[in-house]
Amino acid sequence: MNILMTFIQKAIAQGVAILFGATGETLTEKSGNLNLGIPGIMYMGGIAGLMGAFFYENHTTDPIPLAGMLISLLCTLVAASIGGLIYSFLTITLRANQNVVGLALTTFGVGFGNFFGGSISKLAGGVGQISVATTAKAYRASFPVLSKIPVLGQLLFTYGFLTYLSVIIAVIVTFMLLRTRVGLNLRAVGESPATADAAGIHVSLYKYVATVCGAAIAGLGGLYYVMEYLGGTWSNNSFGDRGWLAIALVILATWNPVHAIWGSLVFGGLYILDIYIPGLSRAGKELVKMLPYVVTIIVLIITSKRSKLENQPPASLGNSYFREER
Amino acid sequence: MEMKNAIELSHVTKRFGEVVANDDVNLTVREGEILSILGENGSGKTTLMNMLSGIYFPDEGSIKVKGQEVTITSPKDAFDLGIGMIHQHFKLIDVMTAAENIILGLEGKQILNMDKVKKQVQELTATYGFDLNPDQKIYDMSVSQKQTVEIIKVLYRGADILILDEPTAVLTPQEIDKLFAVLRNMRSAGKSIIIITHKLNEVMELSDRVAVLRKGKYIGTVETRTATIESLTEMMVGEKVSLDIDRSEPHDRHKRIEMRGITVRNAEGTKVIKEASFTSYSGEILGVAGISGNGQKELLEAIAGLQFIESGEILYYSPEGEVKKISDMKADEIRKLKISFSFVPEDRLGMGLVGDMDLTGNMMIRSYRNGHGFFADRKKPRKLAEKIVDQLEVSTPSVETAVRRLSGGNVQKVLVGREIASQPTVLMVAYPVRGLDINSSYTIYNLLNEQKEKGVSVICVGEDLDVLLDLCDRILVLSGGEVAGIVDARTTTKQELGLLMTGHKKSGKEKEVLS
Repeated sequence: MNILMTFIQKAIAQGVAILFGATGETLTEKSGNLNLGIPGIMYMGGIAGLMGAFFYENHTTDPIPLAGMLISLLCTLVAASIGGLIYSFLTITLRANQNVVGLALTTFGVGFGNFFGGSISKLAGGVGQISVATTAKAYRASFPVLSKIPVLGQLLFTYGFLTYLSVIIAVIVTFMLLRTRVGLNLRAVGESPATADAAGIHVSLYKYVATVCGAAIAGLGGLYYVMEYLGGTWSNNSFGDRGWLAIALVILATWNPVHAIWGSLVFGGLYILDIYIPGLSRAGKELVKMLPYVVTIIVLIITSKRSKLENQPPASLGNSYFREER
Repeated sequence: MEMKNAIELSHVTKRFGEVVANDDVNLTVREGEILSILGENGSGKTTLMNMLSGIYFPDEGSIKVKGQEVTITSPKDAFDLGIGMIHQHFKLIDVMTAAENIILGLEGKQILNMDKVKKQVQELTATYGFDLNPDQKIYDMSVSQKQTVEIIKVLYRGADILILDEPTAVLTPQEIDKLFAVLRNMRSAGKSIIIITHKLNEVMELSDRVAVLRKGKYIGTVETRTATIESLTEMMVGEKVSLDIDRSEPHDRHKRIEMRGITVRNAEGTKVIKEASFTSYSGEILGVAGISGNGQKELLEAIAGLQFIESGEILYYSPEGEVKKISDMKADEIRKLKISFSFVPEDRLGMGLVGDMDLTGNMMIRSYRNGHGFFADRKKPRKLAEKIVDQLEVSTPSVETAVRRLSGGNVQKVLVGREIASQPTVLMVAYPVRGLDINSSYTIYNLLNEQKEKGVSVICVGEDLDVLLDLCDRILVLSGGEVAGIVDARTTTKQELGLLMTGHKKSGKEKEVLS
């Protein structure tokens, strides 16, 4: 029982970063932009938040947890948005190939994270020496009373606020997409920009806003990882392929962030499953680690077999739009 | 009664790079009239209207709406002025419902209230006599239903100037009558309607005045009741054109292709051809009619060996009297039997020709196996290319020009020319004149007739029923992948074809003619 509880808690902890990434990517893809730069943007968001908190804590004698938290949050949002803005400028304004720009941005973002991670490690005195304990503590604070309730409280209330925020944002984005005018227009842009344009929707504006907001949301996934998951430190490349899992989750959730909530739990669970299966060989562990991708492929096969149009990617995903093209 | 002008265009010019799409165009549209804009493909009709609807912005000239000089920089500006355009290729989102498409891009409360929208849509449909379910998804709709959504979308925005770009191109004759009735209702309600078309009989039937464009230039506007089809054609083409297709009686009829109960499924697993059976004969033109997407393309591809045939068989009767089953042959084996297939999709260079290769190269696609040993023979294809350029009056700088750089009509001539040069016994063409001007169209019709005279069995998929009626000997009508009937083109009517196209099967046995 105890081990199951730990497994679920850890699965949720793994899932949160992926959920942020998936929600951000869904929002972006609904505008017709396939932002493969999301993994890099999550790195950028993570390191920027960490740097903000690090410099704040190093330059004040008595850092206030809330201030550290707000500063890091702001740094993350700004850095991730800049990532989204670079992508938007290149693909929307200059109409560069989305895949190439996305992959370049991911390579850049990972390098950006590792470079500054290494730099502040040096400032802090060596590898693994960065510590923004005060800020991280604020991120890790859980509900004081509720979390003590046996089982249910342990299951639901032992996480920091970013965990709840990830679910709330997923629900809000879904509601926005399905029930509001902005959402309707955004979906139209992703399905057929020419149609949206003819209907008087400002296509480029929608694409920019969706991509930048999507990047900002994904950036929070990186922040969650360094602050709550790692506890306010940095280790090069340790974020791993969670960013790619986020993009896979978008497909698993059929472009619906609410589905991504349970999907992130599945992915989080599968991601760490190898630790909880006793007696696995090294090779076995690696095979188990493949499971999230296997699940994605199976879901892809099933959804394309059912061929329900609503479950397909936005029709103009990956294409740039130019009005006067003939 | 004094007529007010709803729209006045003066000296409007639009260029795309070096191409002048509209050159110094002047045009007026009155309130409460139906104005036809007539012109051949590429004459700039759509470009001109796109400037009114805010898709393009004019390089020169001014636009007045209801007496006020205006600048229209986006579709939204156009809506605000009460101008709504129904595009030829519907601008609808497939995965959304009719109601969602109608309110797309509109201002209003952020949280959507779809029930209210549906009620408003139903009021509009009741007023003008439309038939529409606001909850239906677009991908479940027929072409004419989609068009209805487009028109209501524009009316919902309060437009009183409606522009329809080739609205009848994809409709059956019955649906066209319905549409015209609705348009006349709107005219009585005081709305101005602009209809872009190149079909002369529709112009005569529907419009009050006709404005003619030719090669981007404005030629003039005439009252419809003072015009005739001949006079309008002359304005449109710039010279007198004979619009008669010289149809001869078929002779030496022999069986060529016999299709027996063919069923074909598409990639999604739905049946696109259901139990289709027909026979084609040498020395005749068999027309294939149907609403687009009802299996015309698959029918030809099944014969050409490009489709996987689920059941049934196709037999080929060679002129020498042999009978071969071709339904289990590969495309290149069928080619060797001299069954030639030329397909003109919207993307003309998709299947028939290679855009980046020159004329000679494109000829070689058919003959590259004929070279000596290792080297391909370029001489014969080059001669063939020169012959085609010469005989079909292809306008090209040389046979070394990449096909991509030729105009649509010339590309089509090259393709059909090459197919005919392989001396087929069966020639299948799909949409042979799509996008061509009148002169080129008639060149192609004459080519098909020549082939028929030579004893070739010609199968021609067409969209213009008037032309099919004039060109073909028999017409096969497809509806939902089924053969709804085969009729004699000399005795049938457009109405009969229309009924067959919408799935009213011919009662009794297939009417065999001339046998």
